[in-house]
Amino acid sequence: MVQTEAFVMLSAVLFVMGTLGVLVRRNAILVFMSVELMLNAANLSFVAFAKHWQNLDGHLFVFFVMTVAAAEVAVGLALIVTIFRSKQSIDIDELHQMEG
Amino acid sequence: MAQIVPLIILIPALGAFINTFWGSRLEERQSALVGIFASTGAFIVALLLFFNLMGNNYQEAVINPFFFDSWIRIPSAGVEIPWQMRVDTLSVTMMLVITGVGSLIHVYAMGYMHGDPRFSRFFTYLNMFLAFMLVLVTGNNFLMLFVGWEGVGLCSYLLIGFWFDKPHGEGYKNANAARKAFIANRVGDFGLLMAIFLIFWTFGTLDFYKAGEVVNTHALTGVAASQNAGHGDEHGSDASHGAEDSHSTTEDGHASIIVLTGAALQETHGDATDAHGSESASGHGETDAHGVAPDAPVYLNNDHIPTELLGVFGKAERMLAENATVQFGPFSLGIGAVITLITLFMLLGATGKSAQIPLFIWLPDAMAGPTPVSALIHAATMVTAGVYMMVRSNVLFHASDTTSFIVAIIGATTALMAGFVALGQWDIKKVLAYSTVSQLGFMVAAVGFQAYVPAMFHLVTHAFFKALLFLGSGSVIHGMEHGHHHLHDHHDGHDHDEHAIVEHDAFDPQDMRYMGGLARRMPLTYLTYLIGTLALAGIFPFAGFWSKDEILADAFLKGVEDGGLVGAGAFIALGMLLVAAGFTAFYMWRQMELVFYGEHRHDAAAHAPESAPSMVIPLLVLAFFSLTIGFMNTPSGIGLAWIAGGAHRFADWIIVSVQHAHVGVFLPLLAVVALSVGIGAILLARSIYGSGKAYVDGKDALQKTAFAPGFQLSSARLYWDETYFALFINPFIRASKFFGITLDWNWWHDGFHHALRDLFNGFGRILARPIETGIIDATVMGVGRFATWVSSWMRRIQTGYVRTYAVVLLSGAILVIIALLIPLFQNGG
Repeated sequence: MVQTEAFVMLSAVLFVMGTLGVLVRRNAILVFMSVELMLNAANLSFVAFAKHWQNLDGHLFVFFVMTVAAAEVAVGLALIVTIFRSKQSIDIDELHQMEG
Repeated sequence: MAQIVPLIILIPALGAFINTFWGSRLEERQSALVGIFASTGAFIVALLLFFNLMGNNYQEAVINPFFFDSWIRIPSAGVEIPWQMRVDTLSVTMMLVITGVGSLIHVYAMGYMHGDPRFSRFFTYLNMFLAFMLVLVTGNNFLMLFVGWEGVGLCSYLLIGFWFDKPHGEGYKNANAARKAFIANRVGDFGLLMAIFLIFWTFGTLDFYKAGEVVNTHALTGVAASQNAGHGDEHGSDASHGAEDSHSTTEDGHASIIVLTGAALQETHGDATDAHGSESASGHGETDAHGVAPDAPVYLNNDHIPTELLGVFGKAERMLAENATVQFGPFSLGIGAVITLITLFMLLGATGKSAQIPLFIWLPDAMAGPTPVSALIHAATMVTAGVYMMVRSNVLFHASDTTSFIVAIIGATTALMAGFVALGQWDIKKVLAYSTVSQLGFMVAAVGFQAYVPAMFHLVTHAFFKALLFLGSGSVIHGMEHGHHHLHDHHDGHDHDEHAIVEHDAFDPQDMRYMGGLARRMPLTYLTYLIGTLALAGIFPFAGFWSKDEILADAFLKGVEDGGLVGAGAFIALGMLLVAAGFTAFYMWRQMELVFYGEHRHDAAAHAPESAPSMVIPLLVLAFFSLTIGFMNTPSGIGLAWIAGGAHRFADWIIVSVQHAHVGVFLPLLAVVALSVGIGAILLARSIYGSGKAYVDGKDALQKTAFAPGFQLSSARLYWDETYFALFINPFIRASKFFGITLDWNWWHDGFHHALRDLFNGFGRILARPIETGIIDATVMGVGRFATWVSSWMRRIQTGYVRTYAVVLLSGAILVIIALLIPLFQNGG
């Protein structure tokens, strides 16, 4: 029987990896993937705690997160395609027209 | 009958009106006729009034003219000054002189002003003058007197400066003389105005006498009675007799009134006037019985009139009797002191108008006006206004010994001083001007020693002979100008414009040095001038003799009777006036010698023609009166009373209107002394100036005698003008400059205003720089700048890199987590 702490640890590791990926990566696709990683880390935590507490609410939330993540990816990929069309690049460091 | 008195003003006013508006369209002769008709019309009115008074026992009348219902009426303030005219013997005397002499001078002016471009305007002014002068003398209150007083001052100004446009700076001098007269008179007018204010404050009215008041409570109102009266000492009938007399001669209820008032007189007056009072009772009783006014009660004094209904003089008498005090706000003065103050202010007014020391300086300069003006205004009428005013106010002057003394001294000093200055004048009119000042001094001095009848008498006689002399001098000047033109133009030269002399050589038609020998050229002028000279010098039997002698005699008598201040003044004045009379005779004879005798000293004099009839006829008329007018007041007891139908007719006439007047006396010794002074002075002048040595080698005959320094002084007019310049005018100019340039311009304008401006500017600068820009603006800008500054830093947060935002988001999340965890650790720890 795997202990809940292990899941949470793994979840944290994944989350940190995702975070670093978001912060470090310049490729928009990879940033998206890192975001997915972070979401899934959170999902893992949800599921782990749901199992820990013998409660189904965590599962329920995971489904929500997955649907929202899917929607997000759809919008995000559409944005990325549009950005690529205008910039011929998906390097997010080139997208700083909004600086003050 | 006395109702016609408004006409005497309206007729000359109408004349002035016509000449003002239609004068430029009228021909010269028509203009002159309008003026002459206006003045003679006024003269006829005056004559009618005169006969009216003669016919009704000199009963005065107060008339409210139909054209002026009331004048100044402020019921809430209790001010009531009606436009009332007074017809009494005093005002009618003045009217006769003004209109009589005035008419003659109008006729004369027609010839004298012939050819003048402003001919009709001259007659406008003359008529206007007459109207104002008649307002002055007919008014029944001080304000009307003042209106006339100012009006004649205005006309005097206009006429002195009549030839303001003469070439060669002469017009400028004329205008200056006019201004001088006006300004000197203004000082006097201030005095009169102050006197009027004080009178109004003290007495609450300005009326001389209200209608129905008895003017002279001392003397008599009827001719018959006054002839009986004479002096108190001559007629010693006692009071009870008088009262009985009146009782017996009256039948009806008036007797009780008369007896009562007679008794009241006995109580109120001393023993000297006692006889007067009771006699007046008897006199009045008689006239009453004759039926003069059988219905109205006849009063002999004003005891039945409440004080507040009395005129100024009646009230003054009553207040003097009560020894009242007058309140002036916080302080009060006794009535005697107030009257002294009033009369001193009046005296100042009189010194202005009647040309006395210290304000006489304008009169000699006033000779810049045309000669008829000099004769009418500056010799016969206007300048006597001061004397008239003082005689009219005799009640007040009589009440103040101090003022009387001062008046006597000023008059006598003026007479002496002006007589002395007249000795050294070259200008024929200047001599006469100073002579006028001197003779006015005689009149004023007479007022000073309370000889009101002689003052008026001299006023009348002087009006005639001085007008005669002025017109004579005008005739001479006219002749000289003609002679001069004749010389230069070498044509007949009788139709030229005599006042526009274009040749600018040294010749002056008024300068006696160019004259000489004119007696042969102008016989009628000479004859009349001689009569005028003798009259002025006071030679028997000419008019001046009677009036001057009466003044001197009254001075002597006053000095003897009155041991106080007035008597002392009378004696001092007597001495000065005697010397002045000597001067008078001397300078007049000097003038005769210079002008008419000897040989001509200039060719103009050799060609001077006799003047036109319009000028000579007035001379003859005036000469006749100068010869005869004195007989109207011959003293009793010298056997000449038959000429005028009675002794001292004029005195009896005047006394009715002048409360403190008394019949003059005749002192044979004094008359002889005065006469011998006059004749002696004439003989002296004849010996000095006679037989062709009047003016030789550019020197006056006097300059060759031991009197030369005196002549020099006299010729320099005693440095009066220079003194005035040094004392008043130059300091005044300096003060004006100080106020104008230093104080106003440099200090106030440049200094104060600049300082004010600088202060304002400085204040503005402080407000603008440190406060406005430094504080307010900086605050507002600072807010903006701070926002900019803050945003310039804040902007940097917005890098535009998603990553940055992600880091921030992350750090925020971490911070939140930490914040959430801290309590856990604390609790758990």
